[in-house]
Amino acid sequence: MRRVVVTGIGVICAAGRSREEFLQSLRLGRTGITRIEGAEIFDLRFRCGGEVKSFVATDHMTPKAADMIDRFAQFALVAAQQAVAHSGIEFTPALRDSAAIVTGSCVGGQTTENTGFYDVYKLGRTRVHPMTIPKTMANAGASAISLEYGITGPSFTISTACSSSAHAIGQAFIMIRSGMCDFAIGGGSEAPFSYGILKAWEAMRVVSPTVCRPFSRDRNGMVLGEGAAMLTVELLEHALARGARPIAEIVGFGMSADAHHITQPSAEGASKALRMALKDAGIGPEQVGYVNAHGTGTTVNDATETKALHLAFGAHAPKLAISSTKAMHGHTLGAAGAIESTAAILALTNDFVPPTINFSERDPECDLDYVPNCARPASFEYALSNSFAFGGLNAVLAFRRI
Amino acid sequence: MNPAESTDTAAAGDDLTQRVLRIIAETQRKDPSQVTINSSFEELGIDSMDGVNIVFALENEFNVNVPDEEVKNIRSVRDMVEGVRRLVEQGNAGQSSAAPATS
Repeated sequence: MRRVVVTGIGVICAAGRSREEFLQSLRLGRTGITRIEGAEIFDLRFRCGGEVKSFVATDHMTPKAADMIDRFAQFALVAAQQAVAHSGIEFTPALRDSAAIVTGSCVGGQTTENTGFYDVYKLGRTRVHPMTIPKTMANAGASAISLEYGITGPSFTISTACSSSAHAIGQAFIMIRSGMCDFAIGGGSEAPFSYGILKAWEAMRVVSPTVCRPFSRDRNGMVLGEGAAMLTVELLEHALARGARPIAEIVGFGMSADAHHITQPSAEGASKALRMALKDAGIGPEQVGYVNAHGTGTTVNDATETKALHLAFGAHAPKLAISSTKAMHGHTLGAAGAIESTAAILALTNDFVPPTINFSERDPECDLDYVPNCARPASFEYALSNSFAFGGLNAVLAFRRI
Repeated sequence: MNPAESTDTAAAGDDLTQRVLRIIAETQRKDPSQVTINSSFEELGIDSMDGVNIVFALENEFNVNVPDEEVKNIRSVRDMVEGVRRLVEQGNAGQSSAAPATS
């Protein structure tokens, strides 16, 4: 059995621009959600989002490199830089040759695309910027990381809406466990703040006009976020041989499809992914201490996810500590699985459970322990991260403390 | 359109009602005869995403804005007809009255 560990963490989101800042926010229950500044919001029915404020790409890359990629790929690169530095990995020619990159993104560089379409449709210009296509492609983050480190191994991008980066980390895990490679960078990024996309979210009527309150009875929708998280994922022996200190072990990955509805979630589909993650990890429900929930803050998701947790965990469900950190960083779509896996790993390795902030009232349909408002000291061996996407594609990752 | 379909209420035969019924039928790809003022969403197989899609079409047809909160409370065709009627009447009142009262 080839064991797979996380050796480096990189994260940039509204709740922190680094692992240390993010950890602080998770401990304090500090939100990064504020009034949207990075996009025109004109007539939008919602005003708030989880933005990475005052982000200056050229603090992290050359102006030329920054010009070549959209904000979502810039986030991917910054998170990868942090993770690589944290891991202490040195890219030898052999490692460059074999290392893998798997990123997730839901919408890719749509801000760039919107700008190009605005130019021709609205402004009547006759040309669109020549970098529009390569800046818009969803794999631009993976490509930017590959270029940064000269990595030439298997590299690609997964797009499964809000499960994208959970599937990406899971894929990196499977590739290492299977023997395809010994080192991978896995995660995801998103930068959805531009007027056209925000109008599309508004039309779905799932975004809160006020505050994201996951699992709370008065919840009224999600709040969007941007950012990225990347993990360096490594074969345990490979990490130990180079003197690295593993942070946590990836022990299980469960995937399922609801085959139910294009937007409505299904408790059966979600619980199947949970059960498969436990089975893959070879653990029982009672061994899990913490679940970082998908917890979007919509009426339907949170009730359905609660039902799924009951189905998968049975009598142990009420003993689980469950929280949604989306109220702190927003729903980062294709980056959500990676940012929330990072939250789960930081909780696991720092002996605490992050809170579900903005929680005001218990809902009979959400009858589990959501760690309302205040972080809680807790020591546990296993943590899960849930991602349930539009389109009914589910991914659950299981992590173990080392 | 077959006005004879709607014999249960006086209002059911009016133009606004017929337009709402037509839009529901069109967006749901149903035969217009299946959609009546008394149809429930369950009978028509309309789920919450379908409801959002219908409201989008109604907003365009009648040039009104339906708040998110109202959409959550719509359960039947009658709710939709009455909701649109209310918004259209409010809209008309807004246009005909003097500006200071509404803006």
